[in-house]
Amino acid sequence: MDVTMTVNGVESTHEVEARTLLVHHLRENLELRAANVGCDTSSCGACTVLLDGHAVKSCTVLAAQAHGCEVTTVEGLADTDGTMHPVQAAFRAEHGLQCGFCTPGMVVATVSLLQDNPSPTEREVREGLEGNLCRCTGYHNIVRAALAAAEAGKVTA
Amino acid sequence: MHYMSILGTRVVRTEDPKFLTTGGTYTDDLVDPALVGALHLTLVRSPAAHGRIVSVDTADALSAPGVVAVITAADLTGLAPIGPGLAMFNPGMLRPWLASEVVRFVGEPIAAVLTEQRYQGEDAAELVAVDIESLPAVISLSDAASDATVLFPAAGTNTVCTFGKPTPADFFDGCEVVVTQDTVNQRVAPVPLETRAASAVWGADGRVTLWCSNQGAQQAKAQVSDWLGIDAGTVHVKTPDVGGGFGAKIGADPEFALVVWLARHTGRAVRWAESRSENLTGLVHGRGQQQRVTIGGRRDGTVTAYALEILQDAGAYPRAGAVLPTLTMMMAPGVYAIDAVHASARSVVTTTTSTAAYRGAGRPEATAAIERAMDVFAQEIGMDAVEVRRINLLAPFATPHANGTGATYDCGDYVGALDTLLTGAGYAALRSEQAARRERGDVRQLGIGVSLYVEITGAAPSGTGEEAQVQVHPDGTATVLTGTSPHGQGHGTAWAMLASDRLGISMDKISVIHGDTDLIPDGGGTMASRSLQQGGAAVHQAAGELVELARKRAAEVLEANPDDLVVDAAFGGLRVAGTDVGVTWADLAAEETLLVKTTFTANAPTFPFGAHLAVVEVDTGTGKAVLQRVVTVDDAGRVLNPLLAEGQRHGGIAQGAAQALFEEVLYDADGNPLTSTLADYPIPSAAELPSFELLDMATETPMNPLGAKGIGESGTVGSTPAIQSAVIDAVAHLGVRHIDMPTTPEKVWLAIQAAATREGANA
Repeated sequence: MDVTMTVNGVESTHEVEARTLLVHHLRENLELRAANVGCDTSSCGACTVLLDGHAVKSCTVLAAQAHGCEVTTVEGLADTDGTMHPVQAAFRAEHGLQCGFCTPGMVVATVSLLQDNPSPTEREVREGLEGNLCRCTGYHNIVRAALAAAEAGKVTA
Repeated sequence: MHYMSILGTRVVRTEDPKFLTTGGTYTDDLVDPALVGALHLTLVRSPAAHGRIVSVDTADALSAPGVVAVITAADLTGLAPIGPGLAMFNPGMLRPWLASEVVRFVGEPIAAVLTEQRYQGEDAAELVAVDIESLPAVISLSDAASDATVLFPAAGTNTVCTFGKPTPADFFDGCEVVVTQDTVNQRVAPVPLETRAASAVWGADGRVTLWCSNQGAQQAKAQVSDWLGIDAGTVHVKTPDVGGGFGAKIGADPEFALVVWLARHTGRAVRWAESRSENLTGLVHGRGQQQRVTIGGRRDGTVTAYALEILQDAGAYPRAGAVLPTLTMMMAPGVYAIDAVHASARSVVTTTTSTAAYRGAGRPEATAAIERAMDVFAQEIGMDAVEVRRINLLAPFATPHANGTGATYDCGDYVGALDTLLTGAGYAALRSEQAARRERGDVRQLGIGVSLYVEITGAAPSGTGEEAQVQVHPDGTATVLTGTSPHGQGHGTAWAMLASDRLGISMDKISVIHGDTDLIPDGGGTMASRSLQQGGAAVHQAAGELVELARKRAAEVLEANPDDLVVDAAFGGLRVAGTDVGVTWADLAAEETLLVKTTFTANAPTFPFGAHLAVVEVDTGTGKAVLQRVVTVDDAGRVLNPLLAEGQRHGGIAQGAAQALFEEVLYDADGNPLTSTLADYPIPSAAELPSFELLDMATETPMNPLGAKGIGESGTVGSTPAIQSAVIDAVAHLGVRHIDMPTTPEKVWLAIQAAATREGANA
């Protein structure tokens, strides 16, 4: 079947098997490999992308379900001149990543969290990112990065 | 002008922009011309823990769409089974590449399905019909040790190896008080977020390129070539970005070598990336010790004798896990001055996933044991557990101390660590709060746990040496080659800092390369918290030697005395001190290759130490423990980049908390794994953990010129027993003396009920 979607501002149409997961469509057909597959139970969140502005786990969405939708991956967050999105910049400044595998999903989830709640408490950040697992950082600096990005007050996405 | 060193400053990572904007390039992300059209490998794995294979029928799978080949053991001609990894292991415990006679754990590979596309592989693998006649599963370590069911008839026993003699019968004679406690240091899953992956392609030159997720390409290369019986020179291992390892990705896994073999067999490139459920049964597990601690001493709090007996779960096929008890035994007395210490161990095979290194690898088990022993001893004599520890701590020492069980600590100030911790955490106030809650009979009780630790770092199997190469190029940039192998630690930043500090070349002009066995044939990889103290020290040394070489060359160019030449960062080269006469790095490099390759060998491993305090709130009605605070002192000597060091501490603390509170790999009595997805295996999210409170302490080691000790594993070593102890402490006033990890609500609640029943019976 044909699916058409706009990913990071670029529309494209591809023929896919009906069972193709959105994450595999992004990675294999669109060559956007930042979103990762870290589990098979929708637990880890490494594949998180924005679907029409809302964070979804792209391993739990069929490519066909994203037909006609806008998708934003971590590759689509920075400005065209390369300036990082405030959440990306905060993750770097606060050392909110180590191996980097959870990072694309974690950053996108944080963008979504701050859209919904621009001034979260630490508790709200921790609960808001509950669906994204990280094995390296102990979350300490991820939480600091989210709070710092909120503090910077210029989260747009 | 005063030169400000970059060392010791909070430099943000040079690696990060890539990870944050386009994502890392992990093995499964690779786009390489050689991998175009690669076959996808899907493994058919055993659904049974222990059984005799009656038949493997591949006919239906072979006719499925996209299937190129289905390989079983019969096809693996010329491949000898994988032998025991160490000479001390029972030689009869051989691992087949693909099982054909007996399977010994759920997840053991039986057949290899090669397809044109990935989804086709999953479809076809389900069509391979495997008929297995059940044999008894061996899950409990006591069953394994009994040899009632022997997993390897050729071995004659389930015992892989033993260490030390049994505890002498009179060992505790003369003690006023002797307490024994059985504890479980449970089996846990490492869960790097990136599962295992490998790709291989053979070139026309008869060499194979293997990309794989690992912690040391050189060791992976040696293992793969050894297992396959091919010349090591034909194997080129490349390590892409690695999404976490935690010890579980040390060396190669048999699957990697199988990918190499299949690529040769089919004449095609082959790719493999496992699923998470495969990973949770196929990747090695960590820990897995049953311990019996016996501690004796006087009622004034002095401990005089301590014995540790270990039964180690090696899993089905012995790997590093079987030998890790030696590290546990070596570190048995921890930070304490105890007259008599005895340790012994036995490793046994079970019908489960093999065990190997996991963050701490044998040392967390030692700390957990002695710290638990201190707690039960304190409770027995009715003294504050911190006070008992203080009484028995080794006095501060600046010259090496032999601990009596085979380790020689470099330097230590354990009393200082404890004092810093208690002051920083507000220990007295915490105890007052706890007393008030107990007095009021609150449903939510406070628990406070303190642990002290010393661990051994830099004791990798590769020894204490590491290579580094530093080269300055004619464009003024520099390249560092390292045999260490970062997978999140930030070596790209840290090694550039070290080179920049000596060369005066800015960090943005220095690139760090690792994980390519053609470029870097020798290297020990990243494990055992060794990287900075050995690999970093090698970079420091290489850069220093390069400055010496440049000084000689510059002296010739400038017709100056080498001793008068100094590195001038602002100038970008070397100058005659106090003049404007000089030559740039770029010009020197243009003249003649400017390169140094060197080996740094540390005097010995180092022994970082520290103290952790955990505060938990336990709901005595439900048994649920909530971690409220973790305060830590972690002395890793001189710190190169506090940002990175703190990140290592945070991650280590979290993994310790995870073991203490949440995680355990479970099997049912038939050997079926109960925790083979992330929906079942509860690695903590941000919501289950607090922010961590880190206190500083830095006692420099004399073992390397950087004064640095390892920091990768300390957090885990210290936090695990502190948090376990805090949970028990929260309900100790109800008569609870011990709760095994993980301290789940069910276990805590049952412990409270059991204590109430005992108290009732005694009333």
